[in-house]
Amino acid sequence: MNPRLTNVIERSKIVIVCGTGGVGKTTVSAALALHGATQGLNAVVVTIDPARRLAHTLGLDNLPNRPQQIDPSLWQPHLAHSSQGASDDVAAASAHTDSSSTAGATAGTFWALQLDAKATFDDLIRSQSENPAQAERILANQIYRNLSGALGGTQEYMAMEKLYEIESSQQFDLIVVDTPPSRHALDFLEAPGRLNRFLEHPVTRLLTAPTRLYLRAANRAMMGLLRAMSRVVGAEVVEDAVAFFGAFEGMEAGFRQRASRIEAVINSSDTSFLVVTSPRQDSIEEARFFGRRLRETGQKVAGVIVNRVHPRRTDRTAEQFAADKETSETDPTLRAAVDNLARWEALAAREQDQVSGLVADLGATVTVMIPQFGREIYDMASLNHMSESLFAGGEK
Amino acid sequence: MTDTNSFWEQSRVLIVAGKGGVGKTTVTAALAVAAAKTGRSVQIVEIEGKSGLSRLFGSRPLSDIDQQLAPNIRGRQITSLAALLEYLNDHGMRRVAKRMIRSGVADVVATAVPGLRDLLVMGKIRQMQEARVADVIVVDAPAAGHALAFLATPRRMEQAARVGPLRSQAERAVAMLEDPSRCRVVPVTLPEHTPVSEMIQTAEWLTSQAGVVLAPAIVNMVNPDVSILADQSAASLTTAADRAGLGWPEELIDACAQSAAFAVARGEQQHAEIARLAKETQLDLVSLPLIFEAEVDRSGIDHLADAFTAGIQATDRSATHTAATGLDATNADPTANSNGGPR
Repeated sequence: MNPRLTNVIERSKIVIVCGTGGVGKTTVSAALALHGATQGLNAVVVTIDPARRLAHTLGLDNLPNRPQQIDPSLWQPHLAHSSQGASDDVAAASAHTDSSSTAGATAGTFWALQLDAKATFDDLIRSQSENPAQAERILANQIYRNLSGALGGTQEYMAMEKLYEIESSQQFDLIVVDTPPSRHALDFLEAPGRLNRFLEHPVTRLLTAPTRLYLRAANRAMMGLLRAMSRVVGAEVVEDAVAFFGAFEGMEAGFRQRASRIEAVINSSDTSFLVVTSPRQDSIEEARFFGRRLRETGQKVAGVIVNRVHPRRTDRTAEQFAADKETSETDPTLRAAVDNLARWEALAAREQDQVSGLVADLGATVTVMIPQFGREIYDMASLNHMSESLFAGGEK
Repeated sequence: MTDTNSFWEQSRVLIVAGKGGVGKTTVTAALAVAAAKTGRSVQIVEIEGKSGLSRLFGSRPLSDIDQQLAPNIRGRQITSLAALLEYLNDHGMRRVAKRMIRSGVADVVATAVPGLRDLLVMGKIRQMQEARVADVIVVDAPAAGHALAFLATPRRMEQAARVGPLRSQAERAVAMLEDPSRCRVVPVTLPEHTPVSEMIQTAEWLTSQAGVVLAPAIVNMVNPDVSILADQSAASLTTAADRAGLGWPEELIDACAQSAAFAVARGEQQHAEIARLAKETQLDLVSLPLIFEAEVDRSGIDHLADAFTAGIQATDRSATHTAATGLDATNADPTANSNGGPR
């Protein structure tokens, strides 16, 4: 098998892009979906991007909480451009997908969605409740309103919920998910399971049971603890909690089912995981941790994308640089030039070491290096550039 | 270094906040070392530890028991579980506290009451502030978007809980967060487009929504000043090398020219971003240099601490926004004490 990123995209229905914050994950995710679209797929990128960078990049003021199609005229020039100007790699990649042999005529569609965790949660409540009155009771509850805001693992859970919703719509050939920058990169994978465990916890069941039953069945010790807790956090809070869970009556089963289905989607063989990292130590450590955890769940990192790599420009050794610095002592410009080169070379060399260590560790079959661009990516032209670097130039 | 006193004396608590990847933990360590170099006692607080903070000092991971990281610098971790346990103890529930946590009751309630964990952790920081555990308390705030929630939680809880113990907890935390003589937030960002845009949004939000007071913002990992290399092409470098009789190979000249062009372009972009940040936020800015060593170690932290001190002195001297001040880290006071030990 030719271990190329193109193949990963071709064989996957869902690509989950993971990594710490600040490594360009959102841009990479958008570039992956864009590539899918240029290959004739109906591709959507699901992003969690509070700064709305992606929306700006895509020429939108805002991205809605539903897939929105990106104006083809914004990204199709890229298609025309790359089918002419074109490295052989891109041409070869196009030939793989049967439908795109006459690139341009068979372009797919490019969609984007920015997750609104609260709106997604509200929709979920409305769709799962037995009647509108029940939904309204929950939506008005103080605890629900805290829960559905930006707090806790809600964002992660809702990202997965949204993924499930989009997947079920069968509207897309390729779904690229830009995961929230979690403190622990795997939070989002565990979020549905966590809700399940939460709903199954005896205390929750106690709280969700119909009132009279709950009094009868109440485990005395548990009730004692709950009463004690209400003394500490305030009776009002516990009452809110009881009302909240009470309002959920009859819905837990649906939630549990849904969470299991989401887990099934994530674990399906059509789903691939890509890790985006910077070549910096902290980001690499997170990526390594993520790979290990993913393996524990029986999954595997399909590819590693190392973003903002400083390129090597020379084979000169540290000793040679030391000599160069000494001989250029008299000329400030030359001295500054060699100092500058030596600094970035040393950085680039260390980055190389870090990355090869990570790749060996993860056993990923695809590694893509994206150079640190002199200018940052935040317009459509640079998004195209990123997409080209991903699929043509940068592969090792 | 006399004129950094006003910075350190203004508030005991400094909460270092920034998105993942901006080097928040490194900045926390640098601030601690800079304060310790003035002879002050410093307490570092790590929230829900994971950061490599202790590694920067060559120590074992932080726990909820204080450990000495360097002369005058202690470090500890605050976890929400420990904070909850302590809170229960303080409320006369020593006996049931452990059981509450073991049985999962505490966990379910904490999940059902989002913000409870953050509030209790903030409460612990407030206690440390009130008890004056050190001259300077530097808090490495949680990473990513969570830092915002962490800082905004007390106000939200104050609004959500009408009465009861949580409300009084929230009120006391808000009182600390809003008082610049007790606590300030040190925002950290990078001199790049996206982080700067985020910082502009965040700074506004922190002030208006979380009600906190911002200290000078830190622009981390600023590249060295290479303006001397502007407009240097391979041809001009060749001429210079020939004139100096160096006989540099073409390969070296080309690499130098490419690297110079790269560094100059990045430098210009960083400059522009720093200027934009200064203009949009009206904050004083302190630039810290990029450390080229793969892993920042204790000497790197010392270097950053000195750059921080120099940057604060610069903001003190001129009330104007000296965005480019720290650009060349090598300009940091060379006489600054770099052995790390306070005297």
